[in-house]
Amino acid sequence: MAALAITPPRWWNEETRFAWLAILPALAFFGVFVGFPVGYSFWLSFHDWNMMSATPTWVGLENYAALASDREFLRSLVQTALFTAGITACILVFSLAMALLLDQKLRFIKLYRTVFYLPAVTSLVAIGIVWVWMFDPQFGLINQSLRGVGLEGPLWLADTRLALAALVITAAWRNVGYFATVFLAGLQGIDRMYYEAARIDGAGSWDAFWRITLPLLKPTIVFVAVLAVILSFQVFALVYVMTAGGPAGSTQVLVFYLYQQAFTYFRMGYASAIGFVLFVIVFVLTVLQFKAFGKPVET
Amino acid sequence: MAGADSPLARLVLYGVLAACTILTLLPYAWMLSSSFKPNVEIFSAAVQFVPAQPILDNYTEALARQPVGRAILNSVIVAGVETLGVVLTSVFVAYPFARMRFPGRDVLFLAILGTMMIPSQATMIPSFMLIKWLGWVDTYQGLIVPRIMSPLGIFLMRQFLQTLPRELDEAARIDGCSRLQTLRLVLLPLTGPAVATLAIFTFTASWNEFFWPLIVVQSNEMRTIQLLIAAMKQAEIADWGVIMAVVTLSVVPTVAVFVLLQRYFVRGIAMSGLKG
Repeated sequence: MAALAITPPRWWNEETRFAWLAILPALAFFGVFVGFPVGYSFWLSFHDWNMMSATPTWVGLENYAALASDREFLRSLVQTALFTAGITACILVFSLAMALLLDQKLRFIKLYRTVFYLPAVTSLVAIGIVWVWMFDPQFGLINQSLRGVGLEGPLWLADTRLALAALVITAAWRNVGYFATVFLAGLQGIDRMYYEAARIDGAGSWDAFWRITLPLLKPTIVFVAVLAVILSFQVFALVYVMTAGGPAGSTQVLVFYLYQQAFTYFRMGYASAIGFVLFVIVFVLTVLQFKAFGKPVET
Repeated sequence: MAGADSPLARLVLYGVLAACTILTLLPYAWMLSSSFKPNVEIFSAAVQFVPAQPILDNYTEALARQPVGRAILNSVIVAGVETLGVVLTSVFVAYPFARMRFPGRDVLFLAILGTMMIPSQATMIPSFMLIKWLGWVDTYQGLIVPRIMSPLGIFLMRQFLQTLPRELDEAARIDGCSRLQTLRLVLLPLTGPAVATLAIFTFTASWNEFFWPLIVVQSNEMRTIQLLIAAMKQAEIADWGVIMAVVTLSVVPTVAVFVLLQRYFVRGIAMSGLKG
């Protein structure tokens, strides 16, 4: 009897069973709502399907080949990259500057922090609509103000050369305060001893910024850059509300193009191929930034 | 950092802060101001912040002509249920990850975290089809269920649970608590601040969500407030007073939650593990 009994391995205990049972629903959930869409999306990108016909038709790499010569797609790719570069630059410069400012011992500093964070809790749709109204060429606040000092403002969102810039301004307004709060958390994690030591050695505050603050802030900078790139590469709500890709396609971006292909033209396979390209781009950009700057967060 | 020592430097710093504050608040002021202006004043060539004749007509007209009440109710239901669900599932799933040792723990945890790297918009088509197959298009469950678990929430709760002393669990075990009882009776009451932070972040994000509702909702009745204002902007390109009134109403809840509970927002950012 004793010789026949199989002793379960040591790890197969009550703790393991409880843990696996508790995590199982989560695994099922993420499998269904994340894993399946990723897999199916990839599969669909090799098919042609308008959602009406019963089954998708296999077309191999045709969708990807079509993408490579789709001028509107390539244009949306370039414009998304421009938007991303613009907003990431704005965030890295202005958020860091704002964080340095908020790190000073000044009066009412908490009040300023509250104010600067407000846009981050305001919806992109609301912000987009308010800024469309701000940018209104005739009755908007911006051109009214310019008129007040004797200038005639541009058409902003109706100008093919300025619309994307106007989107960057709006997105910057929304995000600078949020990322300043992230930078501030990083700044406050730097040991004040370094600054004391630098001061004793005769370093000015400019030196201290370049030689102490920036190097020690590197993990936060990487984190912010990665997040900014990921978020702005997926820009959608602002474009949907503010320009719908116009004028003349000058603000067409990747996700908006994907949305149109899927839910306006019902080209599900083609849209899935765009989605997969988006996925690869975001993934590669993330990995590249981690590789270039090292691990962002200690776990 | 040094640098704010001389009076001149301090003056410059206050000046910059004031400029940033004005830049941040200007769009809100413009929104509020427009929402109380009659059309004559809206369509003016010169800047005027305080309406000469402030009116409430934009609000009454918006409430009369648009299903604002229903849209806000939809948003409250979706954001409320989603918040409750995310908090409960996050605590429950984070518990074994934070307090137990079992094979596969780290791999599974990384797999869950890894789902955050997938841009949800890239997979909108299968996500929509899933909802269609389930018969959940244009329903609350279609809006809520796919968002009821959050990798970020699981991550935050695990980080927080790890900071609680292990002796608590051991003492509870000795007192005869099961694992679930330990979580419910001993650990959960201590997670207050973390739960508050997660709840506020989830509520704000859900209230402001646009993309998923845009895909799931088809009828006017099921529109969330974000969908309603987007649709109004599309349709009534000229009626800025009414649009700004509804936008103001849509912005008030999250701004109020933030102003009242802001310490939890700051804690949330610190808790995401980036203390420099």
